[in-house]
Amino acid sequence: MARTEEHVAAGLLDAGEREEMERTWRGQPGFWGWLTATDHKSVAKRYILTTFLFFLLGGLEALTLRLQLARPENGLLDPDQYNQFFTMHGTTMMFLFGVPVQLAMAIYLVPLMVGTRNISFPRLNAFGYWVYLIGGLLLYSGFALNTGPDAGWFNYVPLSGPQYSPGKRIDVWAQTVTFTEIAALVAAVELIVTILKQRAPGMSLNRLPLYVWSILVTCFVILFAMPSVALASLMLAFDRLVGTHFFNPAEGGDPLLWQHLFWFFGHPEVYIMFIPATGFVSEIIPVFARRKMFGHTALVLALVATGFMSFGLWVHHMFTTGIPQLGQSFFTAASLMIAIPNGVQVFCWIATLWAGRPRLDTPLLFVLGFIVLFTLGGITGVMVASVPFDQQAHDTHFIVAHLHYVQIGAFVFPLFGAFYYWFPKITGRMLSEALGKWNFWLFFTGVNVTFFPLHFLGLMGMTRRVYTYLPETGWGPLNLVATVGAFMIAASILVFLVNVFRSLRGGAPAGDDPWGAHTLEWGTSSPPPSYNFLHIPVVQGLYALWERTADRPVVAGMGTRRREILLTTVMDAEPDARYAHPGPSIAPLLAALAVGVTFIGGIFTPWAFVVGPLLLFPALLVWMATQDEQPGPPTPAEEPA
Amino acid sequence: MRAAAAGTALLLAGCGRELSSVNPAGPQAERISDLTWYLTATGTAVFLAVTGFLLYAVWRGRRRAESAAGPAAERTLTRWVAGSVAATVVILLATLVYNFYVGRSLADFAEPGALTVRVTGHQWWWEVQYQDPVYSRRLTTANEIHVPVGRRIRLEVQSADVIHSFWAPNLHGKLDLIPGYGGTTYFRADRPGVYHGRCAEFCGLQHAKMDFLVIADPPERFAAWYDQQLRAAAPPADSVQQKGQQVFLGKGCVMCHTIRGTPANSRVGPDLTHLASRRTLAAGSLPNTRGHLAGWVVDPQKIKPGARMPPNQLASDELHALLGYLQSLK
Amino acid sequence: MLPTAGSMRVLVPLAVALALAGCEREKRSHRDSPPGATASTAVQTTELQAGPKTTDPSVGAYQENRWAVSQGETFYIQYNCAGCHAPGGGGGMGPPLNDDEWIYGSDPENVFDTIVEGRPNGMPSFRGRIDNAQLWMLVAYVRSMSGLTPRDTWSARTDHMKEIRPERQPRPQRQLP
Repeated sequence: MARTEEHVAAGLLDAGEREEMERTWRGQPGFWGWLTATDHKSVAKRYILTTFLFFLLGGLEALTLRLQLARPENGLLDPDQYNQFFTMHGTTMMFLFGVPVQLAMAIYLVPLMVGTRNISFPRLNAFGYWVYLIGGLLLYSGFALNTGPDAGWFNYVPLSGPQYSPGKRIDVWAQTVTFTEIAALVAAVELIVTILKQRAPGMSLNRLPLYVWSILVTCFVILFAMPSVALASLMLAFDRLVGTHFFNPAEGGDPLLWQHLFWFFGHPEVYIMFIPATGFVSEIIPVFARRKMFGHTALVLALVATGFMSFGLWVHHMFTTGIPQLGQSFFTAASLMIAIPNGVQVFCWIATLWAGRPRLDTPLLFVLGFIVLFTLGGITGVMVASVPFDQQAHDTHFIVAHLHYVQIGAFVFPLFGAFYYWFPKITGRMLSEALGKWNFWLFFTGVNVTFFPLHFLGLMGMTRRVYTYLPETGWGPLNLVATVGAFMIAASILVFLVNVFRSLRGGAPAGDDPWGAHTLEWGTSSPPPSYNFLHIPVVQGLYALWERTADRPVVAGMGTRRREILLTTVMDAEPDARYAHPGPSIAPLLAALAVGVTFIGGIFTPWAFVVGPLLLFPALLVWMATQDEQPGPPTPAEEPA
Repeated sequence: MRAAAAGTALLLAGCGRELSSVNPAGPQAERISDLTWYLTATGTAVFLAVTGFLLYAVWRGRRRAESAAGPAAERTLTRWVAGSVAATVVILLATLVYNFYVGRSLADFAEPGALTVRVTGHQWWWEVQYQDPVYSRRLTTANEIHVPVGRRIRLEVQSADVIHSFWAPNLHGKLDLIPGYGGTTYFRADRPGVYHGRCAEFCGLQHAKMDFLVIADPPERFAAWYDQQLRAAAPPADSVQQKGQQVFLGKGCVMCHTIRGTPANSRVGPDLTHLASRRTLAAGSLPNTRGHLAGWVVDPQKIKPGARMPPNQLASDELHALLGYLQSLK
Repeated sequence: MLPTAGSMRVLVPLAVALALAGCEREKRSHRDSPPGATASTAVQTTELQAGPKTTDPSVGAYQENRWAVSQGETFYIQYNCAGCHAPGGGGGMGPPLNDDEWIYGSDPENVFDTIVEGRPNGMPSFRGRIDNAQLWMLVAYVRSMSGLTPRDTWSARTDHMKEIRPERQPRPQRQLP
């Protein structure tokens, strides 16, 4: 590679060092190596793949729902099956795809983008993935065994309580949420630490890329929002399994407590999915408009403001519950005001495109589609933030239309743009532009054909979560149109899958930097080596690769016989310490299995809370005991000067 | 957007239809409908503006030889972005103020002495009780609410089991029925008509088929209806109806239903005293005809799987008699 | 990157075992052709022994079904069994149902006969009043109150007052007739 040879020529390393680095940082071979991997890229790739599989499953559930609703009085699904399908669709998309895919992308990209070798807590990272996988498997095993949840992804009590949802279905839901929360919290913590303490020297906070800012804000939102749903699902599990009365009004409990706890999490949850998507957009636009982003500071402030304000909106999901006028007014005001930072972002992006020289490659097409769909979804959002209007639109298909425009438009579209943008980096191969354009146009058209009619259906009285409707309502034609659109979306996803498979088999090799981008990950090979950068780069400007000087300064003197990470200071990223990361281990998987036994077993017997921790303890022992093992000792030349 | 043209046509077709949020029959729904049109118009304008700017920006950018950088470009962009943000703030503030005004006028619709109707939500039907100050004039019925035109109605809602939501879009926004809470709202129907309503909070297996009717009559017709409903059930007029009443009292019907004037007095299911005067059966799922009634009585699980009413195996002569009796309950 | 056959060898039998346990417990039957209602016509007149049983092979259909037990609990309140036997089966005007003393036998068929035929000393007959499928769900619930059905079918607490879990209900002393 060019850079290695340059470094060799400059006398920074001898050729044997690269082999030494590879030996130090590589994982263990074979299937065992796959189970014990702690390389953030390895964990992230399987994480992304797993979330995408859940996306496909959620999409199949959606197709089934739409087939059922295509005609009045259709008999494809009976009410019980329909309830399970729409609950699975929502739970899968929100808990198993929405948040995890954003975290998975961040786990892959953030260490590369900040110029470090691995994520801050590699074994914890692996543990987080395994716990997430167990949660997903729990949910789908339940679904396959007629024990899938059926009270909606939001699971309102008393319907989901012990009396009206007998059996284990809701307990499966509650524990799935527990597992995905743990995984999200784990990822949030390690991403925050990576961003604050492991940045390459010279990457002071004002030189942090916008995507990294978006992840930093998102992770703080996760830290404060996830505990709310953890508490709610715990209280529900207690009501169902232990006999408490948290939500039982007859004994002093309150069904509204569930709603408050759930939506205090639920509203930030959609911002957890949305904020990283704006980060993707802020990375793609400068590269494809070939101009630095206009309004960098405003964009950072908008991200932070969005993060804060997202906690002040949750009651807008409860406008019809009879809350007092003052509360309604406050949450209307907050819900309208969050449009201001979002507007700042959109206007800055449009300004950058105007001032730049856009090239309409697939990543930018998805960004443009995002802006259009997000604007439409944001406008219906302003509409439903208005209480009187929401009192008509709430729990109708108007909301279904709104939420899908913002979810698909503002989250999935940037995600696909990110897939097309970073696929070459992750795999070393380019995706086909022709197929990419088919993907985009089918998807964009399909979304509009599916969801635009739903606005009208909602205003015409079609409520949500209904397994059928009578012919006299006149809802048939628009529903049929929506079902056709759903199949267009499915076709576009198929095109994407074909694109991916063909590229993996024989796509054009990508090279280090096919797009002419500016963030650090484009300064290493595609795919990156296990140690990310042979030498940690020194960052000289906000647009690291565009603003570096010809001599391309790097950090010298890091050890190659130990897994050394450079820690830097929080504000100015000056070198602070060297830290040796732990290596691959089976302990995270064992610990995750123990956690799985605890919580899954807990659905059936309280003894699981004894057995599980007993299994966890040895796993943690192995984890801690092998933490400091390194492939080799520090050599005298590597001692700090 | 391509569906916008088709959809607009369909929407306009929906304007004359019942069960529509934009076809108000009373002042509450009308204020909300006006707000809806304002929001739609403003929103459409904003959407067209933003999309227009976006498309123009891309078109303009692709015509450049090199990017517009430097202080002059920054100043221009700053002016445009700041202006757009300012416009956003203004539009949002205006919307907020209009919202406060509408919310206030909706809430100020209370009136002492309004006709009070208490609706209790069950899985999956609506119990309706008119709260007359004279206790003997309290009427209990199910799934169909008659109101006099032009008079304010006070609606009190409560739930017997899970969360439901009372929604008659032509009259008012929805109000949730939450166990442990009592909700209250006011509405008025300004023209006679039959207004459909639905349950609007997922409440289990038959949430989809939990409809009701609000029928607004001129005041005299309403009073006549009310007096008729207060009467006990007419005694059987002939031997077929007599036998039908015996079937009703001898089988499982009496375990759940009330027919005032007979020993049947259970409150588990809807009150059937004046069943034949209603337009629909099974919470709006079926028209009230002999054939549909027969199908419902014999096998409700076929029409509403999961409903609390069990199948009833009846001999054909028993069924014939029962239907005759039930259809006499006007 | 995919799990191996080795892990499958463990997971598949485990899943099958779970299936066998879960599917039966979670089944919801809205339109079952209900088990036969041919209660025997002989009525118990003394308290010394259980009467002859209904002979029908499908009588145990709901005994291990959580949903059926919960439906039975709903009927228990709706049809006012609780009026004599108290919510939770503690007894009052009628004998307790959540203890281990069964005057007329505790097999599903015995309980079915009790409800359908009535019994001396005040238990009315519900023949023709309650649909057969609902009757068997009631039977399952009644038996669950004293723990005769599997543990994972027992009722959890309700959202009304005075819910008493079966295993917490103190067992009364044997009552002299």
